Amino acid sequence: MARTVHRKSAESVFFLSALLALSVALLMLAVLVVEVFVDGFSQLDWQFLTHFPSRNPEDAGILSAWVGSVYLITLTVAFAVPLGVAAAIYFEEYARKNWFNTLMEMNIGTLAGVPSIIYGLLGLGLFVRTLNMGRSLLAGALTMALLVLPIIIITAREAIRAIPSSVQDAAFALGATRSQVIRTIILPLSFPGILTGIILALSRAIGETAPLIAIGALTYIAFLPDGLSSPFTALPIQIFNWVSRPQAGFHSNAAAAIIVLLTITLLLNAFAILLRNYFYRRIHAHLS
Amino acid sequence: MSNAFEIKNLNIYYNGLHAVKNVSIDIPHTLITAIIGASGCGKSSFLRAMNRMNDLIPNSRRTGEILFHGVDIHQPMMSEVTLRRRIGMVFQKPNPFPFSIFDNVAYGLRIQGMRDKATLDQRVEESLRRAALWPEVKDRLKQSAFALSGGQQQRLCIARTLAVDPEVLLLDEPCASLDPTGTARIEELLQKLEKEITIIIVTHNMQQAKRLSDTVGFFHLGELVEFGRTEEMFEHPRIQLTRDYIMGHFG
Ligand SMILES: Nc1ncnc2c1ncn2[C@@H]1O[C@H](COP(=O)(O)OP(=O)(O)OP(=O)(O)O)[C@@H](O)[C@H]1O
Ligand SMILES: [Mg+2]
Repeated sequence: MARTVHRKSAESVFFLSALLALSVALLMLAVLVVEVFVDGFSQLDWQFLTHFPSRNPEDAGILSAWVGSVYLITLTVAFAVPLGVAAAIYFEEYARKNWFNTLMEMNIGTLAGVPSIIYGLLGLGLFVRTLNMGRSLLAGALTMALLVLPIIIITAREAIRAIPSSVQDAAFALGATRSQVIRTIILPLSFPGILTGIILALSRAIGETAPLIAIGALTYIAFLPDGLSSPFTALPIQIFNWVSRPQAGFHSNAAAAIIVLLTITLLLNAFAILLRNYFYRRIHAHLS
Repeated sequence: MSNAFEIKNLNIYYNGLHAVKNVSIDIPHTLITAIIGASGCGKSSFLRAMNRMNDLIPNSRRTGEILFHGVDIHQPMMSEVTLRRRIGMVFQKPNPFPFSIFDNVAYGLRIQGMRDKATLDQRVEESLRRAALWPEVKDRLKQSAFALSGGQQQRLCIARTLAVDPEVLLLDEPCASLDPTGTARIEELLQKLEKEITIIIVTHNMQQAKRLSDTVGFFHLGELVEFGRTEEMFEHPRIQLTRDYIMGHFG
């Protein structure tokens, strides 16, 4: 009797502390969001979205920054997804257990934890300097692609591994070649899971600042990128730049830009989650 | 009586484990052959060797020869893809694709490049009829295969295999997860198919082996202990071990 009471109270203590931890996290987020909104909301209007940056806080806008961000992450996904999915397929469907593949796997696990500034320095050395791409959109996107590649590989591998081998066996037993099994079974069935990886990658890429600073993306750009080799800026860089100015007007601009960045992130996530759930219900629910 | 398979000194290993030991057997053409034996004696491994599904298991190794209508299935000219079209396989647990009923049956034809809608329709219907499933599904071909019962799913898997017109049907305990009604329907179906194609069925069910098969092979610890006509094996097994197994003393 005393024992059960004891266990019960231990359980409620655990429950309460978990709840407390969660509330602290949510509260912090709420404070952050409220503060940003109070600071930046008045600044947020159509002209803010459609104007280039300016010396004068009242005239300054984020056109080049948000367009740059959209270009940047679109290109990043375009580079990283095919590469990452192909690598995942290699590991799950083709790779034999040998020292080379084990080493590669370990590397990818480690790369996922490397600080983003290191990727920035790699991008600076490799893309900007050695390959002579300059501080271009292309160099930025390739650097970001390297950064999110491990995320995509790891989630895509998990998605592929979740496909029951019995389903693949059925295809092989009907005379499917391995590439047919990949095209008709593996890719369609792992698609919802791969989409999850893309969401994570997008969210990471859109907020990353350090690698872009490292490769030297410009902070003041009064034109839109007109090609892959065009210089560019991005939202986090613009925010970073405004925050480091002394004038209060720029701080409000930074807050407004943060609202835009948060909104884009949320919209992207929501869209991708909807898409994933749609496909998940269509294909994957059957498999468990 | 011609033979579909002539198997000579077949050995299968998984890493160090010797799963099938020096098995030699001639499997007759267009009859039902049952493979019986206790769990883990190598029945599935033996079956998977015949359509080279074992090749997909990375740590498995094989020695010995398997002739299919006189041709070595491992010779370089023989591709495992063509082989598996000619030798269909049905698994223990129904494993339909998470597609519609129609797309399940059409899968094998589509990967061979068949695109013509009318031909596909006709082949799908014909296969579902051969698998005795057509009346139950003809109005819901577009529904998910998972809407079917376990027994229907297994017949769908048989239909899917029949769609590519195999000469042999390998079945690995196809009724293991089915109720008596589902089992009876599959048995009935196999007896009909027996006239057209060679059937090899692994089963734990002695009654099923007795009812269905024309010849039986009894495996024990990876070895083929006895192989012969079904009546003889069940009435007068030559070997004591076979008698004990059939009588249900072990396994
Ligand atoms: N993929 C594999 N890797 C390693 N060992 C395996 C593998 N498949 C089978 N084995 C081993 O080979 C032996 C024979 O297995 P097999 O599946 O052929 O037996 P079985 O007669 O079909 O058994 P059951 O009646 O339980 O299905 C077993 O000892 C099993 O553990
Ligand atoms: Mg088995």
